[in-house]
Amino acid sequence: MKLPVYLDYSATTPVDPRVLEKMLPYLGGSFGNPASRSHSFGWDAERAVEHAREQVASLVNADPREIVWTSGATESINLALKGAAHFYRDKGRHLVTVKTEHKATLDTMRELEREGFEVTYLDVGADGMLDIGRFIASLRPDTVLASVMYVNNEIGVIQDIAALGEICRERGILFHVDSAQASGKVVIDLAALKVDLMSFSAHKTYGPKGVGALYVRRKPRVRLEAQMHGGGHERGMRSGTLPTHQIVGMGEAFGLAQSEMGSETERIRGLRDRLWAGLRGIEEIYLNGSAEHRVAHNLNVSFNFVEGESLMMAIKDIAVSSGSACTSASLEPSYVLRALGRSDELAHSSIRFTVGRFTTAEEIDYAVQVVTEKVAKLRAMSPLWEMHQEGIDLNSVQWAAH
Amino acid sequence: MSYSNKVVDHYENPRNVGSFDRADESVGTGMVGAPACGDVMKLQIRVNENGVIEDARFKTYGCGSAIASSSLVTEWVKGKTLDQAMQIRNTQIADELALPPVKIHCSILAEDAIKAAIEDYRKKKVGESSAAAKQAEEQPALPARAAA
Repeated sequence: MKLPVYLDYSATTPVDPRVLEKMLPYLGGSFGNPASRSHSFGWDAERAVEHAREQVASLVNADPREIVWTSGATESINLALKGAAHFYRDKGRHLVTVKTEHKATLDTMRELEREGFEVTYLDVGADGMLDIGRFIASLRPDTVLASVMYVNNEIGVIQDIAALGEICRERGILFHVDSAQASGKVVIDLAALKVDLMSFSAHKTYGPKGVGALYVRRKPRVRLEAQMHGGGHERGMRSGTLPTHQIVGMGEAFGLAQSEMGSETERIRGLRDRLWAGLRGIEEIYLNGSAEHRVAHNLNVSFNFVEGESLMMAIKDIAVSSGSACTSASLEPSYVLRALGRSDELAHSSIRFTVGRFTTAEEIDYAVQVVTEKVAKLRAMSPLWEMHQEGIDLNSVQWAAH
Repeated sequence: MSYSNKVVDHYENPRNVGSFDRADESVGTGMVGAPACGDVMKLQIRVNENGVIEDARFKTYGCGSAIASSSLVTEWVKGKTLDQAMQIRNTQIADELALPPVKIHCSILAEDAIKAAIEDYRKKKVGESSAAAKQAEEQPALPARAAA
């Protein structure tokens, strides 16, 4: 077992060796520009790009012509939200999204607000789920677009995209879904889902960083205002020379996801459940987010009375993320955990473990042992744990904050 | 961000973790910070008849830099008089631990903690002994300091 152990698959994934192998020729002798129509260097590159496009479309049951290459999910989200809001600005100026979305969505929405759009940021329940009734209540005659992520990056909860899509389609509202964390983890069927725009990332699914895709529905047709100009690539929706090697990588990664998702998900679920089984006996531990509507690889827990960054330092041979303020650049705890109604203390005390393709049972057992040990050690150092043991209700204390 | 060796050292080998009996008249207790901020430090000093800090204990809920700052302070105050201990500045703590800018507030909190402990001890000595101890136990409402 090699140290450090990587349990941060939601932050990024290693490039699968099989993906890397497919990419390398395009960094070597097959370096042509896919837009070079007049010679074999270009034709070879174009063939590779189109094959990759089919692979991505196949995973999500879409038409290859509906796949637009981008530099990543962040760009896809920007293109979808800005592109659609601008194109359809005469239809209405109201947009709807959720407080637990990724910053790529929230910051883009904020930017659109600055341009004069009105945005509603919906609350979620304590389990992280968006209530359908609440969603419907937020829709107005002038609502043009709604954006809801399929799988949340912090807590792994899965929203009911099918139901939300039906509602939007009925009302003629465009529906965008951020699926950066969903590809290869849940079945995505765009022939069945009433989704108009969907954003994908390669590096969350064992592909390289720096490439992603945006699904843009053809039937009924969705139009976008391009955000990148210069040559009209990707049917005018996203200009710029296509990075063949990156795209080949994403295609292969999505191809592998399609063939292996079923068995892999079950294996990963077993490992995640093993981790939870090993930790849940610890006193004052809280699971963040719905246990039921959750992807197989995510475990986000709060260890009360222990601060997240100190725990991450303590388990230094295990790579994880925390919802603690100390670990974000601002001193504010995770907005996702706060949206669940978690107190600041529990948000500060959270650790996100995400399991993946290369995780072993041995690594899980090691993590259980180390985490248990270090939580105990940090609690012995914690004045809050001491007060809890003395029976003091921390909510009744008047703190001298600075 | 990776931690300086000194910060890691204080975490791996913490000095003076523990508690004194708050009610003991030779003990001063300072509790600063708030769970909502992700930083709470409890610092205690035991002062002898000559006004010298004989021993110190700390407990901290907070990141590695916060733990190290409070641990370091318990080392530094031993053998100092109360007035000398009041002179400890957060900048000294930050320098010693090589704290990056984003962690300076941890050293400020540690400075606040030692001042709070000293003030608690002094309040006790000014004859309000049992009343002050009781108040410190239920509601450690200490004077707020403006953040630097």
